[in-house]
Amino acid sequence: MSNTKSLLTIKDLHASVEEKQIIKGLDLDIKPGEVHAIMGPNGAGKSTLGYVLSGRDGYSVESGSVTLNGEDLLEMETEDRARAGLFLAFQYPVEIPGVSNLEFLKASVDAQREARGEDAISSADFLKEAKAACKQVNLPVAFLKRGVNEGFSGGEKKRNELMQMLLLKPKLCILDETDSGLDIDALQVVAEGVNSQRSADRSFIVVTHYQRLLDYIKPDFVHVLSDGKIVKSGDASLALELEAQGYAWLQKEPAEDELEG
Amino acid sequence: MTEQIDKALAREYEAGFVSDVESETFEPGLDESVIQRISEMKGEPEWMLEWRLSAFREWLEMEEPDWALVDYPKIDFQAISYYSAPKSMKDKPKSLDEVDPELLRTYEKLGIPLIEQQMLAGIAVDAVFDSVSVVTTFRDKLEEAGVIFCPISEAIKKHPELVKKYLGSVVAKKDNYYAALNCAVFTDGSFVYIPKGTRCPMELSTYFRINEQNTGQFERTLIIADEGSHVSYLEGCTAPQRDENQLHAAVVELVAMDNAEIKYSTVQNWYPGDENGKGGIYNFVTKRGICHTSAKISWTQVETGSAVTWKYPSCILKGDNSVGEFYSVALTRGRQQADTGTKMIHIGKNTKSTIIAKGISAGKSNGSYRGLVRMNPGADGARNFTQCDSLLIGDQCGAHTFPYVESRNPSAIIEHEATTSKVSDEQMFLCRQRGLDPEKAVSMIVNGFCKEVFKELPMEFAVEAGKLLEISLEGSVG
Repeated sequence: MSNTKSLLTIKDLHASVEEKQIIKGLDLDIKPGEVHAIMGPNGAGKSTLGYVLSGRDGYSVESGSVTLNGEDLLEMETEDRARAGLFLAFQYPVEIPGVSNLEFLKASVDAQREARGEDAISSADFLKEAKAACKQVNLPVAFLKRGVNEGFSGGEKKRNELMQMLLLKPKLCILDETDSGLDIDALQVVAEGVNSQRSADRSFIVVTHYQRLLDYIKPDFVHVLSDGKIVKSGDASLALELEAQGYAWLQKEPAEDELEG
Repeated sequence: MTEQIDKALAREYEAGFVSDVESETFEPGLDESVIQRISEMKGEPEWMLEWRLSAFREWLEMEEPDWALVDYPKIDFQAISYYSAPKSMKDKPKSLDEVDPELLRTYEKLGIPLIEQQMLAGIAVDAVFDSVSVVTTFRDKLEEAGVIFCPISEAIKKHPELVKKYLGSVVAKKDNYYAALNCAVFTDGSFVYIPKGTRCPMELSTYFRINEQNTGQFERTLIIADEGSHVSYLEGCTAPQRDENQLHAAVVELVAMDNAEIKYSTVQNWYPGDENGKGGIYNFVTKRGICHTSAKISWTQVETGSAVTWKYPSCILKGDNSVGEFYSVALTRGRQQADTGTKMIHIGKNTKSTIIAKGISAGKSNGSYRGLVRMNPGADGARNFTQCDSLLIGDQCGAHTFPYVESRNPSAIIEHEATTSKVSDEQMFLCRQRGLDPEKAVSMIVNGFCKEVFKELPMEFAVEAGKLLEISLEGSVG
């Protein structure tokens, strides 16, 4: 173990959905500034991991531990995890009709500021930031006035998720198959947005089925998730190997804790 | 998730306090002598008493309606007191200085300061406490513009010609059971007259407060907008938290002469009863307006209170080119029941009506939209657009829609859209994942659902509606 303090530490996590065990002994350690890609076949538990970490109702942890900045993440309410710096970019962002993007974003930012003991941001300052964020993700400013994801195309929804990330400035971003449904141009915009946010105090978990996204977002580590466990870890070259060979060869291998770095 | 939402909605009823005011209250019971006494207390002319008594005789012959989708025990009309007024009001205070400070404090606690310097500029208020009007503000300023804004009990004495002509002209005495009862026993309410070609310089507002136990409140409001005039009127209401049900049976009549416009907004927050359905107000209300040529009446209502609501603010579009609008948000929770909607009666040519009704049901409550759109044979080129949306929160509530459409004119166009949706787990999760607590998340989702109606509310009133459903950051994108 290096001397740098971990941002996220997952130890022997077991979790289930509707009494079906999906995560079966998962270990992961992420240090500030690192980008970890989690790949794996469909049904491996990739999305479940994001939901379990962010505390979605219906996803229950049976055993194991998760700490974020040394604090017990599993003890926290969903909203407190967000306030502690955990951000989940959804694979299928949901619509909230009638609630403007701007209203929603400001309320979110203010809730997080309040939790840190800061005053609410002034409407004028926030509007300036929000407009800048729109520009960065290539969304027209008019999207701020529209209902949250209301009538957005798939690509617009993903860019909207990214805009939220830019404004909330989280410590740990989980991108749940952000590349799904994106054409190559949109993929580049999203990837550039993510890359612009890479910094020494922000870490990423990039969940993806395909290697394609990792051409644009270069991971420090790549993990293969299969049947609820990490079965192989490596550097960026592992992703290329997977691209070439598929996942089948990994699923037969024993999944042991020592595989985790 | 449902649990969290229930918690978010089960907030306290802040207007539930009781004011310590010494009142003069009639013994419960209803017969002709009670009506005579009400008329006497009000110092009414003989014609008014006769009018009341004839309504009472009609009422005795009528049956309580049972077609609404609401369920409540039979009301014992002999167990209700029909008049209650603070004793201090007997000497008819001439200025605010003479009004019992406890009464002023009551309204202040409700967020309606009656001292003119403290009030929101631009709103004149008539404050009705149980059966009497306590004070009407900014009257001098309104008089300068020729606008009459006073308690109806005063209008009966000072402007009998107007009252005689228009009282009961839109809602007939025997229109329905509760309207007839109201005609017999109404005690106070507001009277408004806007002269020809006048734009009322202020928002007018009446705030109804029930305080005394076991009394009914029978408000009567009459608004006349003469040719080419314009008025915006707001109405609010609250009551103490009590275990017994109380009856509120109001009648509101609007008259919009040629080219006149009346905008009538309500934020109804009567005590809804507790979560098990104990206590709360029975709100049985008849509201109707008549539009003459090219006139417009717009009803906006935010209904959050009352144990049982039975209310259909309506428009009779008599004049050619007249316009009727109805914008409604009805929130029911706990064991509340609401059967509300509107009637748009198209008589004139090229008349237009718009109905936007939003129902939100939570807990074990039931919300119904009931609306009638009628196109009479003479209503050539008439149009209606209706949109009814229901939002369900949890799985123990009900939302119902009863649209009645009658078209007797082939050139009339009627459109009806309806949707039903739920506050979803996904929406809640998204909000919470961004750091919002469940309470804020629910109120934000609900507010978004109601947006089309809220934007119809006058600014000053949106504040009150906002406090009820919590509105924030609107229209700040430049």
